[in-house]
This record gives sequence, structure tokens and C-alpha cells, in this order.
Amino acid sequence: MNSLDIDMAKKKKRNLIWNLVLVAVVLVLSAFLDANKYTYSYTISIMERSLIYAVVAVSMNLVNGFTGLFSLGQAGFMALGAYVTAIFTIPLGDRPSVYYISGINPLIAGAELPIPVALFLGGLAAALFAALIGIPVLRLKSDYLAIATLGFAEIIRALIAAPMMDTITNGSYGLKSIPGFSSLFQVLFLSAFSIGLMVLLINSSYGRMFKAVREDEIAAEAMGINLFKTKELSFVISSFFAGISGGMLAMFMRSIDSKTFQVSLTYDILLIVVIGGIGSVTGSVLGAFLVTVGRELLRFFDEPLAIAGIDIPLFRPGFRMVIFSILLMVVVLFYSRGLMGTKEWSWDGIFSFLQRKRMKKASDKKTGGAGK
Amino acid sequence: MTTEKEHILEMQDVVMQFGGVKAVDGLTLEVNRGEIIALIGPNGAGKTTAFNCITGIYQPTSGAVLFKGQNLKKNSPDAITKLGIARTFQNIRLFSNLSVFDNVLIARHLHAKDNVFSATLRLNHKEEARMREETAALLKEQGLYDLKDEIASSLPYGLQRHLEIARALATDPELLLLDEPAAGMNPQETQELTEFIAKIRERYHLTIFMIEHHMDLVMQISERIYVLNFGRLIAHGTPEEIQNDPEVIAAYLGGTEDA
Repeated sequence: MNSLDIDMAKKKKRNLIWNLVLVAVVLVLSAFLDANKYTYSYTISIMERSLIYAVVAVSMNLVNGFTGLFSLGQAGFMALGAYVTAIFTIPLGDRPSVYYISGINPLIAGAELPIPVALFLGGLAAALFAALIGIPVLRLKSDYLAIATLGFAEIIRALIAAPMMDTITNGSYGLKSIPGFSSLFQVLFLSAFSIGLMVLLINSSYGRMFKAVREDEIAAEAMGINLFKTKELSFVISSFFAGISGGMLAMFMRSIDSKTFQVSLTYDILLIVVIGGIGSVTGSVLGAFLVTVGRELLRFFDEPLAIAGIDIPLFRPGFRMVIFSILLMVVVLFYSRGLMGTKEWSWDGIFSFLQRKRMKKASDKKTGGAGK
Repeated sequence: MTTEKEHILEMQDVVMQFGGVKAVDGLTLEVNRGEIIALIGPNGAGKTTAFNCITGIYQPTSGAVLFKGQNLKKNSPDAITKLGIARTFQNIRLFSNLSVFDNVLIARHLHAKDNVFSATLRLNHKEEARMREETAALLKEQGLYDLKDEIASSLPYGLQRHLEIARALATDPELLLLDEPAAGMNPQETQELTEFIAKIRERYHLTIFMIEHHMDLVMQISERIYVLNFGRLIAHGTPEEIQNDPEVIAAYLGGTEDA
């Protein structure tokens, strides 16, 4: 018993050290990129997009992976967050040039808020909308829930693009002159903070209840868990963070329109969640980086290519998405439950994996020797 | 028992109708505090439907279910559990991918006073620590503590049944409903279960109402037996009375006439 405790303490200490090392590496790398932001602007933009997608992927995982609700409304909630953030942060001086067609609604004409407040309001708007549609929608199960949430996301998009909303959302012209992030660190900290909060929630007593609902709704009810309240809570919190990430995306892109938030955005996020592992937070973060970086690395497939003077016919703009899709299929074939499954990335896991490899090598040698 | 009998559970003329089928047809019964009562009957007699009417999974078409004198009408299953009725299921319903410890810990949360903010920010750490201690204590009492980190679905069948009962106990029930606790068990295991049920009644001051097919168990342990056939109550009495009731024998062993 005692030696076990010592062992645990040792492990804890080792994990702490490695965690500090990891944080330090990330910070140093970010500082390096940030200091040379003109040379590495492309890398920085990929990192920022990955971080933003990581937030929304984790939020989607909260509902789909941990609570077991098949919801596909993420793009709609992101749109709400993005528009609220944009409307309240576009500098007053730029507004006449943004709303040059229909003019600006007097209600919002003079309302400029600090960025953190605007982001928070964006999240709140998404959460509020989720709370409202959750009342009818969360009574549905599996596929039906997916279709209903997908529908509501499209309704949000249609409302945003509607001509009647021109003086607020600038209709189909979209919004521009949204203030951007001044440093990679802002994105890093916002993402880390949002994901950190969601991880704390997932590991809390409420996270346990989410998982209970996912595992067996009838048993969860019999254990005194109110199904509707628990589902609604998970749905609203998930939408809040989807709204936050939408706001971040608006700041990242500097200009948005309703087409940014089409269903395909939801599918992108779903893809990240599935690749990373449904029910794994670290999987979603990993997936966000892999998918975003992967798409960029494959860009050379889009360039026309000639070998020995012969034009290779397939190398045309768009070809990289074909390659990308094939890669995805390969990943899903070999890792049918995503890269992480429902497991979380941990130092304990890494070290025991390495140890197993070493032991296997050693035993292979032994048996190999005996065989001779 | 000379003390005045208190009806902890009453069903008054409960009817549960699905379309044209009356799965439960005018069921009236009462369970006194501290008793072990069995509900028996052939397959499809409406026993589990009766349980589902008590626990709020179904709202009875007519009639009333009273727990400690309070009508349970319109109460959701979770509210009924909070009132003090816990149950197990015929086809075990554990949280399969969670650990043994978490399965029981989730059931303990029923009495927690935290909210989502205090839980996320760990302001409830004292309450959480207390819930964990209580869970550990319950698992130790039940002899399941060594398995606490096992995934529930990886346990052998008998232990899964045991864990399901432990999880039900974690909600601090006054009335425990067991739906075929001995299903799939051999005579030896059934005998152990019989003793176990008697033991937990004493230890946790429970009233136990169970559905069971194993007649050894039922006859040995129940104080009274209700017999259901095609949704209707056909007999009620002590084990001796039931064993000699011609209608029960006909309903139960009716198959022999055809054979």
C-alpha cells in the first residue's frame, strides 16, 4: 500500500514536470512566432484557425460525445456569436462604410463594446437561442435531433441574410472591418481558457451526469437525474462556447457573411470530432490541428504539375480535397473510433505505451534468440 | 409484528392501457413498511408494466399509485427516485462504459446541493469528497470496493446484478423494487441472493417489492405474494396460500394441460 502511494506521488511529480515542459514549449514557440509575425504570418494564421476550431470541436464533443445527443447546430450558434461580436466591435468610424447600402439601425449605431464583453455577449446570444430551441428539440432522439438542430442552424443563417435584417447584419453583404487579434497569445489564452472551463465541467459531478445520460437514459432517470434539465444544460453550455468560438472566428477572418456559417462548417467540426475521437477532449484538440494543418499542407496538389514536360492532368485546384478525403477515409478505416477513441491523452498513457514497446522489443529479442 | 402497519406503497385500481391492450387491468395492492413482497405471474402478465407505473416511466391510464400516502401522479421518474423509490431492471441497465465507482457515485448525486457553476469551479469540493467517501463506504460494505476501477460492462453477470442493486441502494431508498433479480442465476447463486436480499432489508431498513420467477426464492423470503395473469390480479396471500391456490396453479402450470 505504502509503496503504491510513493509510486503515485512519483508519477504525479513526473506528470507535473512534463506538463510544465509542455506549457513552456508551447509558450516559447508562440512567443517565437509572435515575435516574427511578419515572416510567419501564414503559420500563425493556421495556428489561430486550429485553436478556434479546437474550441468549437470540444463544445460539439460536450454535447455529442459526452452527453450522447446527436446535435448538428454548431454552425448556427457560431453565426450568432460571430455576428453579435462583429456588430458590437466594428469601430464607430468604420460603420458608415460597412453599412453603406441600407444604413445602420439606430439601436446599434452607437454601441461599441470592449472585445471581451462583445465575445461574452456573443456566447450568451448563442446560449439563449439554444435554451429556447432546446425545449422542443431535445425531446427528439438521435437522427431526428440531428435534423432538427441542422434545420435551426439554417434558420439562423437565413434570418441573418434576410433583407429585413440589412440595417443590423448588412444582409448578404456581410460585415467587415471587424477588429482582429493583435497577437497569437490572445487566441491561445482565449482558447485555453474556454477549453479549460469545459474540461473542468466534464470532470465535475455534472459531467458525470452527462455521461450517465449518454450511457442509459432510463437508468439515469431511475438514479434521480432529470433528463431534460441535464440535456438542456449540456446543450446550452455547448452553444455558449460555440458562440464564443464564432466570435473568435469573426475576429480572425476580419469580415464575415452568412455563407461563412453554412452547414459545411458544421460538417468540418463534426469531422474534427470524429477524427479525434467522440468523447475525447484531447482528441478534439488534436483533430482540430490535424485537419486544419493537413488541409494546408496538401495545397501543392492544387498547383498544376508537369513532370518531364508532361502536364499531370489531376493536379488542378480542388484536387487536394480529393486527397484529403481519401486520407480521412484511411484514418477512419484504421482508427474506427477516432485517433483517441474515448481516451484522453496523458503522460501516464504515453509512458506506459513506451514501456510496453520496449518490453515487446526485449521479449522479441529473447524469443528470437531462443528460436535460433 | 404488533406495531400498526403503515402502507408504504398502495396501488388503487391501476389500469395501464396501450392501444387496445390492457397490460395492467385494475391492479390493487398494498405494501407495508419493512415487508418483502413478491409479484409473480407468467411472462407477459404485466409485472414490469406495473413497476413502470410505480416508477413513473408510464403514467397509468387510470387509478392511483400512492407512496407514503402521496399520489405519484405526474411525477417524473427522477422525482420519484428522490422521494425514496429505487429500482433495478430486468435487463440490467448499468452505465456500461463507466467505472464501478462512477456508477454508484452518480446515484449519490441525488442528494447533492451543488449547481453547475459551483461544480465546474470546484466550489463543491467538500460535498464531492463526502459523496466519494460515502460511495467508497457503500462499495466496501457490498464487497465491491476492489472492483471500483473496473468498467461496469466488464464485470461478470452476477456482479453486474449486484452492482445494480448497490447503485440503487446509493440513492438511499425506503422502497426497493427488484425486477427479476435472480434472472439467469443458478440455484447456488439464487440461494446467495436470497440471503443477500434479507440482509440488505435489515441493514438499510428497506421495504422490498420484487418480481421474480424463481419459486424457491419467492417462497422462502416473501411475506406475501401477489399473482398477476393477463394484467389482472388472480391471487394474493402468504406463500403457503399461493402454493395451494388452484387458480394460480392453473395459470402457472397451465402448460401441462396442453402437454
